[in-house]
Amino acid sequence: MGGIGITASIVLYFVAKRFKVEEDERVLQIEEVLPGANCGACGYRGCHDFATACASADSLDGMYCPGAGAQGMQRIGEIAGLAVSEAVRKVAVVACSGGCEQRPLVRHYDGVLNCSIEAVVGEGETDCPYGCLGWGDCVEACPYDAIHIDKDSGLPVVDYSLCVGCGKCVKACPRSVIELAEVPQGTETTTYVACRNRDKGPLAMKACSVSCIGCGKCTKVCEHEAVKVDHFVASIDSTACVRCGKCEEACPRHSIHSVTTK
Amino acid sequence: MKTFRKGGIHPDDNKRTAGVPISEPVSAQTLTLLLSQSIGAPPKVIVKAGDRVEAGSLVAEPGGYVSAALHSPVGGVVKRVVSVRDPYGYPSQAIEIAREGDQAPQAFPPLDFEKVTPAEIVDRVSACGIVGLGGATFPTRVKLLPGKEYRPEYVIINGAECEPWLTCDDRMMREHAAEVVAGARWIMKAVKVQKCIIGIEENKSEAIAAMTEAASHRTGVSVVALKKKYPQGGEKQLIDAVLGRQVPSGALPVYVGAIVDNVATAYAVYEAAEKGLPLTRRVVTVTGPELSSPGNYLVEIGTPVSALIEAAGGLPEGTGKVIAGGPMMGRAMSNIDTPTTKGMSGILVLPESESRRREPQPCIRCGRCVEVCPMGLEPYLLAAQGEMGLWEATLNAGVGDCVECGSCAYTCPAARPLLDYIRLSKRESRKL
Repeated sequence: MGGIGITASIVLYFVAKRFKVEEDERVLQIEEVLPGANCGACGYRGCHDFATACASADSLDGMYCPGAGAQGMQRIGEIAGLAVSEAVRKVAVVACSGGCEQRPLVRHYDGVLNCSIEAVVGEGETDCPYGCLGWGDCVEACPYDAIHIDKDSGLPVVDYSLCVGCGKCVKACPRSVIELAEVPQGTETTTYVACRNRDKGPLAMKACSVSCIGCGKCTKVCEHEAVKVDHFVASIDSTACVRCGKCEEACPRHSIHSVTTK
Repeated sequence: MKTFRKGGIHPDDNKRTAGVPISEPVSAQTLTLLLSQSIGAPPKVIVKAGDRVEAGSLVAEPGGYVSAALHSPVGGVVKRVVSVRDPYGYPSQAIEIAREGDQAPQAFPPLDFEKVTPAEIVDRVSACGIVGLGGATFPTRVKLLPGKEYRPEYVIINGAECEPWLTCDDRMMREHAAEVVAGARWIMKAVKVQKCIIGIEENKSEAIAAMTEAASHRTGVSVVALKKKYPQGGEKQLIDAVLGRQVPSGALPVYVGAIVDNVATAYAVYEAAEKGLPLTRRVVTVTGPELSSPGNYLVEIGTPVSALIEAAGGLPEGTGKVIAGGPMMGRAMSNIDTPTTKGMSGILVLPESESRRREPQPCIRCGRCVEVCPMGLEPYLLAAQGEMGLWEATLNAGVGDCVECGSCAYTCPAARPLLDYIRLSKRESRKL
């Protein structure tokens, strides 16, 4: 037995020497900067693929790892010897604020406790067919452990010290309740409409006490044409928005929220 | 006695309303016509609020190749075109019509069976907005145009009605046997076929007798009694049971020479061709273990479900779920004020005690789900893959062939939510 072991180790030693794959040192260095979550937000299959692409690229334009952030990308640029362009930070925001108190349960669901499956079966346990279902498909999808269901409200809450804006939760949500909002350099807040209800006022009001009813007060106070109402629900263009907070004050339904994403 | 080869289950049939003749107890003041009543594109509305409509007049025209026209069941005024909730709670566009007086429906001129061409029959079926009334609501016109590469040999009329509780097709066959057979002949002529087989499960002996008698007057039409087994009414299962032919994975029934239509669809084709009537009414079985007077009702499409339950004795106390369709393939409704649709063959009112799911336990690898799957799939495997999000693996394991009959979940001793995960896999794997 010992003999076989020794012979095998000698053979393997030479095989390893003979067939060694030469890898660019820089790829390994870049991989160390990357988060290693293989979330796919960069558009590549995983962190190793992205590192290889960075090392062999002629320019880093359009290549961005939200997990590494601006600092990390600077570091990658140094390793690869290329200039890095500025990229806007994005974070996930939950566009539903109808917690247990605001959005009463009107029926019981006893199937599999999973949002995608409940969304196939029907409108959910409340009268709002647009809002969060609360079983946490987003929580499971997040590779950074940055989103959790709040026990009191039953809604997902994003931890902005961990969220990198990879967009996995956006894809996981069957109701499209989560969206990516931009946080430009120099600001730390983002303002968004925390409702997806496309029903007319009376129906939306009946289903939830903090639903957007499409009244349009927010569009009137906005000086930068960043807010618009379409299908009885407001939405904010985070590129045009200057985070003045006027729409948030004007909203009679308290469905516009600002969050500090630090 | 004939039946399909693979799998199948034997749930209690509970045909409580089999002896209750079809009646017309409800005429609602306001009808709400949901736009999406068939598979395919929703039709385009051609009326606006305030318009007067005649009974039987077109209110929405087909919005694509796979799409069906919609007609007003009553004469009256269009109240509004509005977004309402469909029976499952999702928003849907609908036309609300207020009834005014009782007028006879406007009709197309009757067709002459001897002189008519197949294309004229197909056009009439299309103009009358006929869809598959067994529940799948596939526009019948598309079925009658199988494509040049196929040669249909048989028209199969589906009278299996394997869903427990439902009796609308049974009553249709007993009371309108001659009309159903006449409808079958129109379908035969439309697809240029000489042979027609009507498949009926053995638990409907009176329907078998009535249909055999009606078919004896027509050449080429025969009735086959089938052994009772769910899901015999599934298109591919019925073809296997009647013809002994198996439709390959991914192919249409016409690939093995069969065109399958439900008995209620055949009746609708008869009415469209010989009376010129568009599809605006259907028979709905309203039933349940605790309803005081369940029945089979001929209702105008768009009548609120709550009015039908009222006619059957009102909603019993302690109702847990109201299901649109039968207990096996139907879906729980989230609101009973929603309107009936062309595809709604039954309304099943279940008490709380019978509508609960059992607590799921771990899979014990007994293999019963594999034994009962009529499509020869491995439900435990598909569900496990679906639970892990391995959509590509489910696709390779044949998830696309699942007919969602629910036999696996019905038979699972561990109460695993097999069908939930399989449905999810079907949806997700289609996106790949």
